[in-house]
Amino acid sequence: MSKDYDVTKSWEANRRRFLQTAGMLGLAAAGATSGIFAAHAQTAQPKKGGHFKIGVGSGSTSDSLDPGTYAETFMYILGHGLHSYLTEVDVNGNLVGELAESWEPSKDAKTWTFKLRSGVEFHNGKSLTAADVIASINHHRGKDSKSAAKDILKSVTDVKADGNETVVVNLTEGNVDFPYLMEYYQLPIMPEKDGKADASGVGCGGYVLDTIDFGVKASAKKFANYWKPNAAWFDSIEILAIRDVTARTNALTTGQIDAMDRCDLKTIHLLERNKMLEIASVSGTQHYVFPMLVDVAPFDNVDVRLALKYAIDREQILKTMLSGYGQIGNDHPIASTNRFFAKDLPQRVYDPEKAKFHLKKAGLGDLNIQLSASDAAYTGAVDAATLYQQEASKAGISIDVVREPADGYYDNVWMKKPFSTNYWGGRPTADWMFTTTYAAEASWNETHWKNPRFNELLVAARSELDDGKRLEMYTEMQKLCSDEGGAVIPVFANYINALSRNVGHDKIATNWDLDGFRCFERWWRADS
Amino acid sequence: MYQIGKIIGQRVALGALTLWIVSIVIFAGVQFLPGDIATEILGRSATPEAVAAIRKSLGLDVPAHIRYFQWLGSILQGNFGTALANGRDIAELIRPRFINTLLLALSAAVISVPLALLGGIVAALYRNTIVDRSINIVTLASISFPEFFVGYVLILFLSVQAGILPSMSDVDSSTALVDRLIAMALPSLTLAVVVLAHMMRMTRTSIINVLGNQYIETARLKGLPERRVLVGHALPNALAPIANVIVMNLAYLITGVVVVEVVFVYPGLGQLIVDSVQKRDIPVVQACSLIFAATYVVLNLIADILSIVTNPRLLHPK
Repeated sequence: MSKDYDVTKSWEANRRRFLQTAGMLGLAAAGATSGIFAAHAQTAQPKKGGHFKIGVGSGSTSDSLDPGTYAETFMYILGHGLHSYLTEVDVNGNLVGELAESWEPSKDAKTWTFKLRSGVEFHNGKSLTAADVIASINHHRGKDSKSAAKDILKSVTDVKADGNETVVVNLTEGNVDFPYLMEYYQLPIMPEKDGKADASGVGCGGYVLDTIDFGVKASAKKFANYWKPNAAWFDSIEILAIRDVTARTNALTTGQIDAMDRCDLKTIHLLERNKMLEIASVSGTQHYVFPMLVDVAPFDNVDVRLALKYAIDREQILKTMLSGYGQIGNDHPIASTNRFFAKDLPQRVYDPEKAKFHLKKAGLGDLNIQLSASDAAYTGAVDAATLYQQEASKAGISIDVVREPADGYYDNVWMKKPFSTNYWGGRPTADWMFTTTYAAEASWNETHWKNPRFNELLVAARSELDDGKRLEMYTEMQKLCSDEGGAVIPVFANYINALSRNVGHDKIATNWDLDGFRCFERWWRADS
Repeated sequence: MYQIGKIIGQRVALGALTLWIVSIVIFAGVQFLPGDIATEILGRSATPEAVAAIRKSLGLDVPAHIRYFQWLGSILQGNFGTALANGRDIAELIRPRFINTLLLALSAAVISVPLALLGGIVAALYRNTIVDRSINIVTLASISFPEFFVGYVLILFLSVQAGILPSMSDVDSSTALVDRLIAMALPSLTLAVVVLAHMMRMTRTSIINVLGNQYIETARLKGLPERRVLVGHALPNALAPIANVIVMNLAYLITGVVVVEVVFVYPGLGQLIVDSVQKRDIPVVQACSLIFAATYVVLNLIADILSIVTNPRLLHPK
């Protein structure tokens, strides 16, 4: 979510970029042990009642209520208001059951049995049964599915009911992380109707949809028969699509909305001074990447890649691009909040001498390369590339920053030009992240990196049930990625929201933006 | 009267011809946009098969000229079709937005047109004095600022500091009229400020032009006060160019306010067209463009008719 950090000028480009990446926007570190910048609670005691109005920098006329089409925060948080999911990542980063009371894998992790909660009611009065879950999962599968979540469920071979309250899912290969997938924002449980999922916005979440004007606003009222206790505190909620970050900030400072997402990093120091507001920032999984194609010279030489990794000043990029609201990256895509983050992997730092050393080892005195940059990748990508250019010049590397057109960037430049700019929202699990972009056969293998050992570990870790062994495997994979891979990953960005002091909240989850997209369920009005 | 009817008939026919040409230009123009909805929907995951499947299901595999005639045919029957992105009826999609846009343009016009006329008359009356020059400086300065800047300045003073008006125009179909007017106050003011100068200067110039005529001299020699000379004798003859400028500005208020919509989060037609261009939702883009073109044509027609009615000499071209 890069747009975040911009004033008015390129919100279009960013929106566009969002659409393009809608399918891959996974932003989380489910399984995080703790939020590093976990925002503190404002009041210990949640209160019921009141109206909550949030302004978000997304929402489009072309949105729809079908979860398969959810793109961007507007629909993600609305989806979590209207619907419940099989599983949930709690504020401490642990996977807990939501509609599933418990789940059990077979020994090879190929078959998963979910036991459903009883007494759950949909907004239309229907009770939750296994048929609803099956229809909801199948909604995204099959040949005719246009759902963006189709790929995630690709390994599912079939979904069966075992009685009214048990669902059995069979997979083509073992996947220990499968319950994490069931938390994905595009996979809410919808009521079944004539064998198909009813994707009209009826769910079993805390709020019943009242009105929706796509690309403008949506409102919902508290669902009286919501099954979950101590959740969904507001009487009613409202989301406004306010794409312009200045307009969003004005609306918040003048009290027209109670909260906003994606604060403007250029003016955040001014917001921080406002005593009526709280900046809630938690470390996220979103990260910036400079991918190199490792099968194209000179990037086919691992020493050239290392030279480029040592030639970037990560601290500087964090300071200038993110105003400090982020974490330093270590050239692998696993965020520090992930439970399999390699804590002991030494942090790579800016070192022009080491960069020169690796260049020499590669048999090169100096290096002239082109870096294809565009703000289509993320706002500030061209600036970041220019910064990189200056830092790398001290290591004898001359980077020619080529400004590419934003329109069609992902068709014509990304994964086509040997050195480019990109951004990932991240994925909830290590396996998911690696499989999406670093596995040899991944269609988004943006570096064309095909490391046999890495791929062997990836498959092995997927069906390994022992967490200790998995940690070892993922640590080795992060090291491989960092030392041999083709991606320069300088920084991870935080999720930055601003809230009125009238809004109360507990610790804020780090798995997605806006408290795991569950702000409507978890926050409350302190003044109601 | 017959002649007026004839001229109006001619203008309407010309307008229809213009619209037809515009429809070709629009259709051809959107064909040149890189990528299409299939690649936009699929994004990075676009494989050739998936793209072909979506194109086929949306009828994009048919040659462009056939699609053009299909489109034209249904438009003539009043059917704008359905949006590609979500299958909603385009007329349904556009109607509330277009009403919002019209309301905003109307309220901006209600503020700016009387002010412009008044300012222009006053400036002409006291031409080349300090009054005239101050009016000129203020209006020219306001037209020189970009719209979003004017908008932000108004927000800063009237909304953030004074807290009188909302910075965000949160309106929907259920909003009561008074609330709606309050919500629209800042965007209307911004637009009014932006279009004021053009209309005011045209008023001033046309009046001063007319003032050089002999009949004005006669009126003055009759002993009429300068005010009556201006309002009763000069203004009616200066109305044609003024009407033209006002109409041009009205058309601008309807078609060119996307920036103001963004700044004030106003749900108008501009935002819809931007969304649709980004998604390559061609039917919506075409429908919006056609509506904008029709707005220009109709308003120009009105300007022409007004000029003719106020100046019967135009009925008899030399």
